[in-house]
Amino acid sequence: MTVERIMWTWFYKLASPPYVYGVAAALMPWLFGIAALAIGYGVVAGLAIAPPDYQQGEAFRMIYVHVPSAILSVTIYTIMACASAVALIWRIKVGHAVAAASAPIGASFTLLTLVTGSLWGRPMWGTYWAWDPRLTSELILLFLYVGVMSLRSAFEDPARGDRAAALLSVVGVVNVPIVHFSVVWWNSLHQGATIVRLGAPKMPGSMLWPLLSMWLGFMLFYGAVLCIRLQGEVLNRERQSAWVREAIKS
Amino acid sequence: MSEFWSMGGYARYVWPCFGFTAIVLLWNLWAARRSLRAARLRAGRALAMAASES
Repeated sequence: MTVERIMWTWFYKLASPPYVYGVAAALMPWLFGIAALAIGYGVVAGLAIAPPDYQQGEAFRMIYVHVPSAILSVTIYTIMACASAVALIWRIKVGHAVAAASAPIGASFTLLTLVTGSLWGRPMWGTYWAWDPRLTSELILLFLYVGVMSLRSAFEDPARGDRAAALLSVVGVVNVPIVHFSVVWWNSLHQGATIVRLGAPKMPGSMLWPLLSMWLGFMLFYGAVLCIRLQGEVLNRERQSAWVREAIKS
Repeated sequence: MSEFWSMGGYARYVWPCFGFTAIVLLWNLWAARRSLRAARLRAGRALAMAASES
């Protein structure tokens, strides 16, 4: 079998609800376990081992939850929009299920980004909130998540709700580069990129490792929660299928 | 140890920041498990109804 053929077989399998249901159930404990280890190390090292910042002192430690959560808020939106596009173009139900499962997780991490950012902004900028390009575009991201979720539940026919939500998700993806480049395009209170930039990160290893660990931990945590929600969303869309009988027995 | 908890005078920002993070992580687990449980119940009910009709 050629590599190409293996890839296509795998792609078709991913479109099959019972396969996705089984994979999600099997992956969940692994993702959750590794996420717990990575977040555990990140919290301890970030709070107790990393040295204080020379400008921000101990306040910089908020970076260990704010930055991973901010990255996750845009990453989840991008995944949701891609899954929605796949679902719309190829009429793959699992795509809608991934998008529906991702939306509440993404919304919660966007809220977390705004709250932790505001707690960091008060001592550093002297204000909890400013109508700054980065802050405003992140707030719009939260409204997009809430809009996608309400739209999905606003229709009597769940399939129409899925399509409407998918369309809004795809259109709303224009906000993702705006969030990312807002600190470059406009004058912003918010600081520029520290890690993801051309050249070496502007941070010593003792500060960087806990941050990378938190980032990995948050990503895997999203994966674990997605696996739980995805099983439910697949079931919601597959009630008449024969495999569901076997699946809910366990 | 009290020096650690005082976070160089930033305790009132750092601890709520980490506290709210813990709340969001726990909410995600709780809400996800609840939605899966609800979906299993609904699917079970739909199967039972289909069985009683046939």
